[in-house]
Amino acid sequence: MSEVLSEQAVRQVAKLARLRLTDEQVRIYRRQLEEVLGHLDTLGRIDVDGIEPMAHPLALTNHLQDDVVGPSLLPATLLGMAPAVEDAWMVAPKVMGEEGS
Amino acid sequence: MDATPPPFEPMHRLADAVRRKARSAEELVRGCLDRISTLDGGLGSFREVYEQRGIERARAIDAAIAAGEDPGPLAGVPLAVKDVLATDFGRTSAGSRFLEDYRSPFTATAVQRLENAGAIVIGKTNCDEFAMGSSTEHCAFGAVRNPWDMNRVPGGSSGGSAAAVAAGLVPAALGSDTGGSIRQPASFCNIVGLKPSYGRISRWGLIAFGSSLDQIGCLTRSVQDAALLFMLMSGPDGRDSTCADIHLNNPLERLDEPIDGLRVAVPRQYLDDRNDPGVNEVINAAIDVYRGLGAEIVPVELPLTDYAVATYYIIAPAEASANLARYDGIRYGRRATMSPGDDLSALYAASRSEGFGAEVQRRIMLGTYVLSAGYYDAYYRRAMQIRRLIKGEFDAVFESCHAILGPVAPKPAFPLGARPDPLSMYLGDVFTAITNIAGHCAMSIPAGFAACDGRDLPVGLHLQAKAFDEGTLLRAARMFEAATDDHGRMPPVPGRDA
Repeated sequence: MSEVLSEQAVRQVAKLARLRLTDEQVRIYRRQLEEVLGHLDTLGRIDVDGIEPMAHPLALTNHLQDDVVGPSLLPATLLGMAPAVEDAWMVAPKVMGEEGS
Repeated sequence: MDATPPPFEPMHRLADAVRRKARSAEELVRGCLDRISTLDGGLGSFREVYEQRGIERARAIDAAIAAGEDPGPLAGVPLAVKDVLATDFGRTSAGSRFLEDYRSPFTATAVQRLENAGAIVIGKTNCDEFAMGSSTEHCAFGAVRNPWDMNRVPGGSSGGSAAAVAAGLVPAALGSDTGGSIRQPASFCNIVGLKPSYGRISRWGLIAFGSSLDQIGCLTRSVQDAALLFMLMSGPDGRDSTCADIHLNNPLERLDEPIDGLRVAVPRQYLDDRNDPGVNEVINAAIDVYRGLGAEIVPVELPLTDYAVATYYIIAPAEASANLARYDGIRYGRRATMSPGDDLSALYAASRSEGFGAEVQRRIMLGTYVLSAGYYDAYYRRAMQIRRLIKGEFDAVFESCHAILGPVAPKPAFPLGARPDPLSMYLGDVFTAITNIAGHCAMSIPAGFAACDGRDLPVGLHLQAKAFDEGTLLRAARMFEAATDDHGRMPPVPGRDA
């Protein structure tokens, strides 16, 4: 299944996963992930034709609850957990960066 | 006066003593706090200890008993909880720098139910970061050591809970099990570890790793204690829609009743020569114990066992990569220092890279990879198809057998640093991860010792039973426990007999 994992592929996956890696980390993770993927590829030996995927061990249906007002956490509690707050807002940098603003 | 020092006594006996006023809750809590302060320096099992809160709660329980009230079946019992279970006191860090100073505004349902029954949470135990690991070496706050041999790992990811119970620092602890994280450390430390069926115990307040695999369970010194904690934690919870409303008979009522015509399946794949010979020896002796108890030993085949690790290490990282997307450096947890001009994506990446350790980063990347366009069908979809086939294999065995028997892990506890490559660590999860894939219940019980480099190291017997049949699982485990005495062995921790 897997081709040999390139450093470029590792950088791309890290970007998708919102991780910033050093060159050294890229080198280490590439080797380790390639070894793991090699093991995962053994699943290719199993015939899965026509088998329905199973995402969950329980045959669950949606649970519906009555729409009743109940106790919930106070805004001040939640804001108190944020690393940066101004008034009643959590502070974040611009979504698009300088060039996109 | 009992001969066994209190920390090594079964929890249910301690609670009974408190309810009878033969011992005070404060005495029990202080006894555990003293042992932690004397012995945990070398073990490193505790992340933090709640001394003042513990003593205050103990005094309240003693006062309630003096006033004629019954605080519940766990009256005054000190309890430790794994650092992935949220409590509205202390910090909840999941063994991660990302959550180093995180304080939860709520308490996990499972923990709350035990405190409502009289238990006293006296500390959080160290674990692999976000429960990802099999050795507790991937803990941001330091590796935990095995009380049976301080140069070896206690197993993981609930290694702090296992080491603390095995060393007699607490009578019982909670853990979580996504691929063996309760059972394998229990096996490495010679204690009882129970992973209930998926859906039996509310996951509300459990920091999510693999949401279709995670289950809360307990690490104890006896099967009876496991049954008691399990019963008290189980049952539907409006805050977790995957928590099943399936009737549970009180497992304690028939715990000591041997199962008539017990049929125990032994899969050929569980005892092959890839296991440590000492492990196979102990498990073969366990098979003889069951035979001696009148059980029928049924040889079976579970050929997909060989694919358990590969299937698990697609599904678990895939779910983890989605679950850990919530750690963004905005709402709670670690936030990296920003440079002018950095945008939101840069903040996410910087915070996550600073906050997550190497194993968590690897698993997030692995999960992202197997879910990404072009690889989804080849990995994730295929793993979900094999998951159905694996469940089918177990269902077929459980149609004619009460339990499946084998080792918890192919080898006993290994030295710290002995498995530096992720794959070598993952391969040790072969017998346990497959249970979480299929969703049924399983436990580890002390079965004996294997000689390893001049040391006797504990070997756990792995019993599995069908989903929501913990009653049968616990009775089968109790039959073995009653017929053997390895659960009584205590590790060579200094001060044990003090």
